[in-house]
Amino acid sequence: MECTGAQILLESLKREGVDVLFGYPGGAVIDIYDELPRHPEIRHVLVRHEQGAVHAADGYARASGKVGICLVTSGPGATNTVTGIATAYSDSIPLVVVTGQVPTRLIGNDAFQEVDIVGITRPCTKHNFLVKDVSKLALTIRQAFYLARSGRPGPVLVDLPKDVVQARAEFVWPEDIYMRSYNPTYKPNLNQLRRTVEELTQARRPVLLSGGGVIMSNAADEVAALARRLHIPVACTLMGLGGFPATDPLSLGMVGMHGAYAANLAINNADLLVCAGARFDDRVTGKLAAFAPKARIVHIDIDPTSIRKNVEVHVPVVGDCKLALAGIMEICEARLAGRDWAAEHAEWVRAVTEWKRSKPLGYQKSENSIKPQQVVEALRELTRGDAIIATEVGQHQMWAAQFYSFTKPRTLLTSGGLGTMGYGFPAAIGAQFALPDKMVITVAGDASLQMNIQELATAVAYNLPVKVVILNNRHLGMVRQWQELFYNHNYSSTNMEAQPDFVKLAEAYGAEGYRIEKPADLLPELEKALATPKPAFIDVVVEREENVYPIVPAGAALDEMLLV
Amino acid sequence: MQRHVLSVLVENEPGVLSRVVGLFSGRGFNIDSLNVAPALEEGVSHMTITTYGDSMILEQIMKHLHKIVSVIKVTDFADTLAVEREMMFVKVQAEGPMRGEILRTVEIFRCKVVDVSSNEMTIEATGDHDKLEAIISLLQRFGIKELARTGSVAMRRSKKAD
Repeated sequence: MECTGAQILLESLKREGVDVLFGYPGGAVIDIYDELPRHPEIRHVLVRHEQGAVHAADGYARASGKVGICLVTSGPGATNTVTGIATAYSDSIPLVVVTGQVPTRLIGNDAFQEVDIVGITRPCTKHNFLVKDVSKLALTIRQAFYLARSGRPGPVLVDLPKDVVQARAEFVWPEDIYMRSYNPTYKPNLNQLRRTVEELTQARRPVLLSGGGVIMSNAADEVAALARRLHIPVACTLMGLGGFPATDPLSLGMVGMHGAYAANLAINNADLLVCAGARFDDRVTGKLAAFAPKARIVHIDIDPTSIRKNVEVHVPVVGDCKLALAGIMEICEARLAGRDWAAEHAEWVRAVTEWKRSKPLGYQKSENSIKPQQVVEALRELTRGDAIIATEVGQHQMWAAQFYSFTKPRTLLTSGGLGTMGYGFPAAIGAQFALPDKMVITVAGDASLQMNIQELATAVAYNLPVKVVILNNRHLGMVRQWQELFYNHNYSSTNMEAQPDFVKLAEAYGAEGYRIEKPADLLPELEKALATPKPAFIDVVVEREENVYPIVPAGAALDEMLLV
Repeated sequence: MQRHVLSVLVENEPGVLSRVVGLFSGRGFNIDSLNVAPALEEGVSHMTITTYGDSMILEQIMKHLHKIVSVIKVTDFADTLAVEREMMFVKVQAEGPMRGEILRTVEIFRCKVVDVSSNEMTIEATGDHDKLEAIISLLQRFGIKELARTGSVAMRRSKKAD
């Protein structure tokens, strides 16, 4: 039977298991929207800005492990997705973004709402397609999903000209997918695993560094098994939080610019660093020349370009983190079953435990004002650490990372690589669609929230119980902190005192608004606010000039932290 | 910083050149020359890229080229035996007594004169990178008015029987 391009698209999405589609209609995609009501198996979520659609799809993907999908129109609809796409690309999140395009005969003609979105997104997508022939549409969608979710995941954009959507073709679904030019390596080389085990047997002071790749490949169990069996302390990158429980005695916490004292010190004293699914970002390494100076480095990554990009690696392991870690464990068990790892590493574990004890993450409480860290701790207590936490970007993001003590993978949704303010709230909306029964909370700053605040209408429209906890310091806090510490207190353009009344604003949208100002009110008011079934802004007025510590100044070595 | 000649087989589809070039510009890698033409197999294009970099940069270039979804195969000819050739046209000032000397140079390098006028000659030359550089430097004193080079193409040498 002949189908229109719109029918082929929606049938293809159904075959790929899409249940939620985040989107915003417009002229170039109106035929797809015309067809949409005839496909009740796909729930369309109408957002209020295309950037919100991409972040929502991203939050959906991170929380569920599935591919997130969104649909927008040509021109401005397409360009509005770019920040969201770049955010997902930076953090390796599987997305399929379908953009409308002007009819093929008008492409290149400066037509109304025309933009070369394939050209624009080439450097920030894993791959992108312009579909010119309706008979290739089903195959293209199949390839887009395959590319998005396989190997190192990432966003894939499919640009659909209006005449292709209207044209007719037979629907042929390619069950098998093969691309001769794309063949990611999952299974690691056995020799490299053996060499890793050899390194592990030589090491006196090993550290496991667990990154976002561990979350993506669902390898948290393998990390925990290896760490506990071999008695290796584990540090997590921001993207890796939740990959190893922060409450475990072997957990060192987060590493990097705002990492824990013990984590940064352990890395710079380690004689072996086994890094799984992290790419040695500059926020993780600090000054490269002084990063892990005493360590041999094993680097496990599914993307060969991550390896030896900026850190010299002694044992490269290309492959899936889950398979690699399981393989290492298997070799250890087969060959070294009798080895007393606990005794081997006892001295080292004692040393890092002492660092943890002597300089834990901390802050000074105050009787007069609420400390932002205290809010995150209260959230942890009230949710028993079981909520999905989405963050915006800035100080509040670091406090959430430091003080929520993430214990499970896929519970922290944060823009780690690109650092996109405005990410967290729409991401929480997406996550709530993926996991309707979970409590989903955005920890936001007052500045970040205002970058995609319009999505409150989406939350209200779909009656989502998403909560936004605003750590409101009426500052662009992280930049203010840098100005205080590194720019002679020259507070240029970081005062955000002019801001809306977030309570009234929430109410104006039909959501609930709460304001908490006194430390004594924090727990009870927060508990009350979290209990409402409606979406809510919880405006917590916090200490205005609190800083995030520890901090490794940009360009300094990890062990040159400022602690207070 | 060593010179490398990379052979890259790509799917012949719209935008593929831009993906490759964008990789070099976006990551700050150098392209010295770039040549693209259809390969033997239909639907496949053959790119020859000459670039400079230390071993770590070259490794990254190779890996990133591989990572582009439309790239089928990447070979670095630096550590394999390969033949490499490039073609160029050089238009030189050629008046009076200079003409004979230019023709002698052309002969020594086994080049051809493909166009001539009362005061100019256009020379076609083929050779490896060093040979073309040598020709250019010798012709410079006559006055080079225009230069067009194809960029290198390369091919792995057949294995010798032992």
